[in-house]
Amino acid sequence: MLALRQWWNGFMLVLAWLCAGLAAATLAIIVFYVIQRGAPALNGHFFLSVPTPVGVPGGGVANALIGSVEIIVMASLIAIPIGVMAGIYLALLGKGRLADAVRFFSDVLTGVPSIAIGIFAYTVVVVPQKHFSANSAGVALAVIMLPIIVRTTEEAVRLVNPAIREGALALGIESWKAILLVTVPCARAGIVTGALLGVARVAGESAPLLFTAFGNPVWSTNPNSPIAALPLIVFQYANSPYAEWQQIAWGGALALIVLVFVLNITARVLFPAKGYR
Amino acid sequence: MHRNRFVLGLTGASLAFVLTSAIAGAAGQLTGAGSSFDFPFFSRAFYEYGKQHADVQVNYQSIGSGGGIQQFTAKTVDFGASDVPLNPNEMKAAQASNGDVVQVPVTLGGVVVAYNVQGVAGHLKLDQQTLAGIFLGKITNWNDPAIAKLNAGTTLPSQAIVVAHRADGSGTTYIFTDYLSKISPQWKSSVGTAKTVNWPAQSAIGAKGNEGVAGLIRQTPGAIGYVELAYASQNDISYASLKNSAGQFVLPTVDSVRMAASQKPNVSPDDYSIVDMGGAGSYPIAGYSWVMLWKNQSDANKGKQLVGLFRWLVTDGQTYATNVRYVGLPKNVQGEADRALASIKT
Amino acid sequence: MSLSASATTPVTARRRPQLTGLGDPIILGSFTLAAWLVLLLVAALFITLVIAAWPAIKTVGLTSLQSATWDPNSNKFGVLSFIYGTIVTSAIALVLAGPIGIGAALLLAEVAPKRLATPVALLIELLAAVPSVVFGIWGLYVLAPVMRTVVEPALQRWLGFLPLFQGMYYGIGMLTAGVLLAIMVLPTVTAISRDIFEAVPRDQREAMLALGSTKWEMLTRAVIPYARSGIIGALVLALGRALGEAMAVTMVIGNKPAIALSLFAPGYTMASVLANEFTEATGQQYVAMLIGIGSMLFILSMILNVFARLLVLSVAGARGARR
Repeated sequence: MLALRQWWNGFMLVLAWLCAGLAAATLAIIVFYVIQRGAPALNGHFFLSVPTPVGVPGGGVANALIGSVEIIVMASLIAIPIGVMAGIYLALLGKGRLADAVRFFSDVLTGVPSIAIGIFAYTVVVVPQKHFSANSAGVALAVIMLPIIVRTTEEAVRLVNPAIREGALALGIESWKAILLVTVPCARAGIVTGALLGVARVAGESAPLLFTAFGNPVWSTNPNSPIAALPLIVFQYANSPYAEWQQIAWGGALALIVLVFVLNITARVLFPAKGYR
Repeated sequence: MHRNRFVLGLTGASLAFVLTSAIAGAAGQLTGAGSSFDFPFFSRAFYEYGKQHADVQVNYQSIGSGGGIQQFTAKTVDFGASDVPLNPNEMKAAQASNGDVVQVPVTLGGVVVAYNVQGVAGHLKLDQQTLAGIFLGKITNWNDPAIAKLNAGTTLPSQAIVVAHRADGSGTTYIFTDYLSKISPQWKSSVGTAKTVNWPAQSAIGAKGNEGVAGLIRQTPGAIGYVELAYASQNDISYASLKNSAGQFVLPTVDSVRMAASQKPNVSPDDYSIVDMGGAGSYPIAGYSWVMLWKNQSDANKGKQLVGLFRWLVTDGQTYATNVRYVGLPKNVQGEADRALASIKT
Repeated sequence: MSLSASATTPVTARRRPQLTGLGDPIILGSFTLAAWLVLLLVAALFITLVIAAWPAIKTVGLTSLQSATWDPNSNKFGVLSFIYGTIVTSAIALVLAGPIGIGAALLLAEVAPKRLATPVALLIELLAAVPSVVFGIWGLYVLAPVMRTVVEPALQRWLGFLPLFQGMYYGIGMLTAGVLLAIMVLPTVTAISRDIFEAVPRDQREAMLALGSTKWEMLTRAVIPYARSGIIGALVLALGRALGEAMAVTMVIGNKPAIALSLFAPGYTMASVLANEFTEATGQQYVAMLIGIGSMLFILSMILNVFARLLVLSVAGARGARR
């Protein structure tokens, strides 16, 4: 009887080891393939040229890289100030129903499908503006980033010892100065982490860009025009039947993975406390 | 404190970036969307035009003809492209949106029946009845006697047929189903001619764009589908030789498509179908592709750029068509295109 | 948690009134405004989608839920096949990712030495950061061929008596989409379950072990029952993510609006029809119908999220729920 229980115990534990191993191995397999297929694409043309038509060699994704940077910067300019302020509110000022509701709904917002947010941005920005644009993509990505920044900022600010701020208040400093000049600088690392995680979350988003950024094979940085973005070009080229475009798509996938991994790992190093993801 | 200044500086820098990019990007850019049938030709031709005219850069997105019409009507793009002219309902919606529409024929191409059958070299022969049978789902295996009879000497594997079709609204689908309706009464009554249809075959899978269908055929053993000629020839996908109404088996080539078009020298947005043309050597599935422009251009400068671009495209630009296995517009159709462009008010 | 925390950091704005300072009302007011903005945004999302979908809700409404015929050309907007495809692919994802994720979480939280658990957990969580389009390209070019040549033939041979594994297989289809989704939601299940297991009180386990239980008996009797509602919450959150995934699924599902019993068959999901057809929908009705599908997706994901977060909250406190 005991032997059977021991055997069962061992068996189930091995099974649990297999589960964890399988999960970690999946990542390794995906990363392996993306590097194997993508690395050969990462040459000078990839980073420095714009896309060329099929059959014209030397195409790259330079405009998509700049385009991605531009929409991420726009999204950050919208989401980071609002998110950080809302996060500070939750950590220091918020009480009662409003704070609970904000907390709850920003958590819920992280679960909204990004494609639905794309339709939202299309309806409120693209349709009134009458054209696809970089700024509509910025709005869509800002909505996706916002809840991550709110919640990370809140936790970062909350971890600052309240005694520090109270000390400042006791010296006669106004409350807002105490928050902005004493508490917030102490929470700096956590707030930057939130921003990095927000950027990491949206850097690879492609679904909302279909109806906002729209894509562009030529150079454009005009925020009012359609713009190229790396995830979009990966999607378009991956679905194409042309070997040279598929090659660029794998290269783009590799660039995206490297980018989000670097952002995530930096965030962890900056602010290793558990729960900041 | 200096940390705060750093953050401030970063914010300032990114603001400056967005503002300067707003100014830098103001140079003329035309946006178009639609037919993926046109895409290989357009992407090449617009690329060359952009090299000659640094002030006119064209962003063409291959989202399917249905999408081209929709985005054109919604005025989110400067021009739309479709393999089928607007139907009366679409025309009504467009006119309600922004007045009269000018439709310009810009290219001529063939739709090929492409397949992925292991161990079959060369081009399979298919006649009308067999082709319709496959897409109706009545012929479900590559070793079906109907196919074998037409291809004596070729060993056909016992492999199930998978119909690959477009998942998006597509002018290519329109041209192809237009043909199937012409050759098969059963197709006409049960499925019909449209930019999207309900595919009757039991095993059918869809993909987005000519790109997607070509990719699907390459990936799926046993697949058969329809794509623009350029997509098949650029990708070394096998494609069939079809029996035309004159009883000949004809391969899709630039010449055989031109031959089909020459059977009907005058086309207009109201009378455009050139499928199932008889005559020796003409390939039966061909069609023109059209660009839609607003008759009254609100932005005079943009209007001039658009007219200039398409004047070039329907004349000198046609040389790039043959490069990518499209067929240059016949002279009289070029004239028709020119007249249409002349009616645009800028 | 939120209440206790705000109680320890009381608002002290009024402790030393400063008549000269307008800073407090302006700056603190703008913090409050930012918080309101978050709420307004959620409301705006909901209202915008419903208004934009209204022409469809008004004309087709519930009848569209009774038909599987999606033929926009003849104004037939049956969405049943999208709902079916969404449910089937998400269900496959949960059936695969649920046990594996929970098993991995148990190991990481309870069995593995910290030295090993931390890097493995990091790897699994990096998996969550991989963009969906990367999963898509990998699914299309690596997973789909493996499914077609290895997995699907084997399933058909051994389990072909079940209708689920009959018929043609293409490598592209609902099963492949489900497997890809399983990989995508695996980190969600693992990370949240791990937090929940770690939130289970220590003393119970020690009591079990002291009574002579094996480690596994301790886990099944002292840890899992306590964590049950939290784990269900983790699965529901994973379900929410699977339902709304558009790009990766579009690339491998075959995009066919039909209801097939076989998992090998191509299908279509609510999110992937949006990715394919939204920019090309012609006519007010068609656009409104697609936005209607988008709002269904939005509302569904809201309901699932609210439900899941309440469950997770009940076990692990705010930490587990904020993912």
